[in-house]
Amino acid sequence: MIQRIPVVEKILSANDRLAEHNRTKLDSAGVFSYNLMASPGAGKTSLIERTIAGLAGRSRVAVIDGDIATSIDADRARAAGAIAVQINTGGECHLDAVMLQSALDTLDLNSVDLLIVENVGNLICPASFKLGTHTSVLIASVPEGDDKPYKYPGMYRGVDALVINKVDLLPYVEFDMEYFRRGVEILNPGLVTFPLSCRTGEGLEAWLEWVAAGRIEEMSAEGSPT
Amino acid sequence: MHEMVITESVLKTALEHAGAAGASRITDIHLVVGQLSTFVDDSIQFYWDIISQGTLAEGAQLHFRRVPAELLCLECEAHYTLPGDDLACPECGGTQVRIVAGDELNLEAIDVETDGDTVPASTGAGG
Repeated sequence: MIQRIPVVEKILSANDRLAEHNRTKLDSAGVFSYNLMASPGAGKTSLIERTIAGLAGRSRVAVIDGDIATSIDADRARAAGAIAVQINTGGECHLDAVMLQSALDTLDLNSVDLLIVENVGNLICPASFKLGTHTSVLIASVPEGDDKPYKYPGMYRGVDALVINKVDLLPYVEFDMEYFRRGVEILNPGLVTFPLSCRTGEGLEAWLEWVAAGRIEEMSAEGSPT
Repeated sequence: MHEMVITESVLKTALEHAGAAGASRITDIHLVVGQLSTFVDDSIQFYWDIISQGTLAEGAQLHFRRVPAELLCLECEAHYTLPGDDLACPECGGTQVRIVAGDELNLEAIDVETDGDTVPASTGAGG
């Protein structure tokens, strides 16, 4: 006899449940958290360095760095003044909630105000795996080209803020800001955007204000883990 | 993209439900895949054939039901399904749109045999 059993479960529900667990842990420690995603070379680590320096004396920042190999990024974050933990994924192209859970266990969250999770450089896979962070941020960069929202809609659709890095290169690179922004607007209407340059420091102040303003109370009403 | 992880999760979930129902074999797996989901059917099938071996689900047929993306125009409040690649509203041309559905990947149902006695009652999750 053949019988149909209704299941109706999200395939990634196990990861989602762990993400909820991570979120609860961060909430109870009072740590506001960001999931920073971008393609390789967009400037994730540079922005983290600038953010640590810019918030020095205001917020105690911890960084969890995801990379396939090496501790280069965590070393840079540490040198900039943050508590930093490196996760080496050993080949996985994204972080997931399990990896974040292990990394959180090694941090003293009570001595931290803000947590920045630097995801593996990739515009596809990190979008599918929730970590449990409060807010997700995508860094685009001018040399990548203005067509990226059109080519990686899943990533642009799911984020809460967008940094456009390397705007100092706009005079030298073919990058139609109107075309880029139109693509973003279609996928993520009203997305808060920070054009800036980690190299020159242009535009950083607005970004720092936004990061420093992140509060758990503001997000908990509507925010689901990202 | 993550079809191996995805396929393992499908198998694990299916085996849990089959085990709870006292099934002796899983014959069919019904998946719902949103239009905007990036999962590749052929790749899931490829991994499925390998990792389902030696489990209750060995030889089970995978069925993929594609569901269209549903969008809401924030300008004229029209609900519409995505006609192609352009997400703009077909009613007013507005680009202020919100995606309501279409990126899901769900296990909807499984078909099981409950009285089969020719299949070994292995419950291994295959890693």
